[in-house]
Amino acid sequence: MSYLSIENVGISFTRAGRTNEVLRDVSVKIDKGEFVSLIGHSGCGKSTVLNIVAGLLKASTGGVLLEGKEVNSPGPDRAVVFQNHSLLPWLTVRENVALAVDKVFKGKKSKAERNAWIDHNLSLVNMTHAADRRPSEISGGMKQRVGIARALAMEPKVLLLDEPFGALDALTRAHLQDSLMDIHARLKNAVIMITHDVDEAVLLSDRIVMMTNGPSATVGEILRVDLERPRRRLDLVEDATYTHARAEVLEFLYARHAKPAIAA
Amino acid sequence: MANTPTIAAGPGVAASAKPKRAPLVTMATLNCVGKNLAKNLIPPVVVLIAFLVIWEMLCSRPGAGLPPPSRVVTEAWDIIAHPFYDNGGTDKGLFWHIAASIQRVALGFALATVAGILTGTLIGQSEWAMRGLDPIFQVLRTIPPLAWLPLSLAAFRDGQPSAIFVIFITSIWPIIINTAVGIRNIPQDYRNVAAVLRLNPLEFFAKIMLPSAAPYIFTGLRIGVGLSWLAIVAAEMLIGGVGIGFFIWDAWNSSHISEIIVALVYVGVIGFILDRFVAFVGTLVTRGTATA
Repeated sequence: MSYLSIENVGISFTRAGRTNEVLRDVSVKIDKGEFVSLIGHSGCGKSTVLNIVAGLLKASTGGVLLEGKEVNSPGPDRAVVFQNHSLLPWLTVRENVALAVDKVFKGKKSKAERNAWIDHNLSLVNMTHAADRRPSEISGGMKQRVGIARALAMEPKVLLLDEPFGALDALTRAHLQDSLMDIHARLKNAVIMITHDVDEAVLLSDRIVMMTNGPSATVGEILRVDLERPRRRLDLVEDATYTHARAEVLEFLYARHAKPAIAA
Repeated sequence: MANTPTIAAGPGVAASAKPKRAPLVTMATLNCVGKNLAKNLIPPVVVLIAFLVIWEMLCSRPGAGLPPPSRVVTEAWDIIAHPFYDNGGTDKGLFWHIAASIQRVALGFALATVAGILTGTLIGQSEWAMRGLDPIFQVLRTIPPLAWLPLSLAAFRDGQPSAIFVIFITSIWPIIINTAVGIRNIPQDYRNVAAVLRLNPLEFFAKIMLPSAAPYIFTGLRIGVGLSWLAIVAAEMLIGGVGIGFFIWDAWNSSHISEIIVALVYVGVIGFILDRFVAFVGTLVTRGTATA
C-alpha cells in the first residue's frame, strides 16, 4: 500500500445548468519521502488536484488516501505552500510561523519547545534575521521562504507546493530550489509540487506527472527521473539522464499535448 | 533621478550651490520644515482671520441678528475663561457639559461597536443572514436619529439610557455595513490558511477575520463616531440634564447667543478630535494590514 494514494479522482463544476468536467480519473501513488511534480499547461487542473489532496476542494468521484485513511477535509498533515505565499500581513514573519506551530502543537509541546521549534524552522529557510519584520517589508523570495517554513513547521506528512516559485525571478528561484532540495534531503517529507517549469520539475523530482489538457484533464504520462541525490544544477547541465528527461517532458508538453492555439 | 533637478534648475544654480554643500543641507532641511509648516498653517490662519473680519463687519451694524466675534468674546468671557466651574445642577462650566456628552457618546458608541462588529460579521459570513437582515437594515438605517428618541423614552422611561440608545442606533449602521463588506472581502487565501490549520470558528474570528477586516471596520467606526456626535447634541436638547446639547438649548432660551456660538466652537473641535482619534487608533491597529 502506498503512502499517499490519489485514486480515480474526478471533479466537475456545474455552473448555470452546464456541467464542466475539469478532471477525470486522476490516479497517482506516492511513496514516503518521494518528491513528485505535477506539470501541465495552465488550465489543465493541476491546482485542482493539489486542492483536492489538501482537502480544500471535494472530489466528485474517487478520493485521496493518506496512510490508508481517506482525507476529505483540510488539515496540517497536508500543509500547503501557496503560490502567492498567503502570509498574514498583520503578523510578523515569526508570528506567521507561530500561528501554525501554536495551533498544531498546542498541548503536545511546551511553550518553550514551541518557541524553539519556530526558531528552528525559521533557520531552516534562513529567515532568522528577519523574524520580526512584516511580510510587506521583505522580498518576494523571502515571503515564499516563510511560507515554506510555516508549512514545514506543521510537520506535514505530505508537503503540497502550488507553483511555489512561479512569481519569483530566475536567480531567486534557483536559490530557493536549492534550499528546497536541501530541506527535502534532511526531512524526507513526501512532496507534491505543481510547476509549469520543465527544468524545475526535472531538477527536483523523483517522478514527474504530466497532465493532459482540459477539459476532462487526466494523467498523461509519469516519468521517473533517475538522478542521484544530492543533485547539483551545474553538474546536470550536460548529464545525459537529465537532458533526456527534460526532452521527454518538453516533447509531451509541446508536441503531443500542445496547447490549442485558441486557448493559449 | 539625481540629474533631474540640476537640469531643471539650470547650470548656474547648480554651480553656485556646489561649493558649500554641507552647511547648505542642514539649512535647507530647516528651511524645508519651516516652509512645510508655513504651507500648511498660513492658508487656514488667513482664511480664519478673513472670516472673522467679514463676520465682524456684517454683524456690527445696528439691527444685526447675531453678535460680532468681538461681542461674543466679551459677553461669553465667563464661560470661556471658567470651563471648570460647578454650581450644582445644570449650572456647570462647558467642560462638564462636554464631558457628560462625551460620556454618553462613548457608552453608546462602545455598545454599537461591539454589536455592530458582531452583526456585521454574521452578515458578512452567512448568506442567509445577509438576505434576511439586509433589507431590514437598509430601511432602519434611513430613520433619522431623533425619530428614535420618543420610542426609546417610552421604552426606558428615562433620559439617560434613551440618549445612549439614540447614539447606539445612529452609529451602528455604518459599523455593521462596513464590517460585513470587510468580512466578505477576506481573501480566499487567508481562509485556506485557516482551513489547513483547522482554526476553530472563534480562532478564525479573532486571528483572521478581525485583523483582515480591520481597515473596513475602522472606516465604519469613523463614520459612526461622526454620526453619534451629530446626534448627541440634538438628543440632549430634548432630554435635558447636563450635556452640551442642553447647554445650547438653555442658552437659546435665555437669549445668550454668544454662549451658543462658543458652545458650537467646542462641539466642532471635539467632533474633529473624536474623528481623528478613531482614525489614529485605526492606523495603529491596522498597521501592515492595508499594505498586503
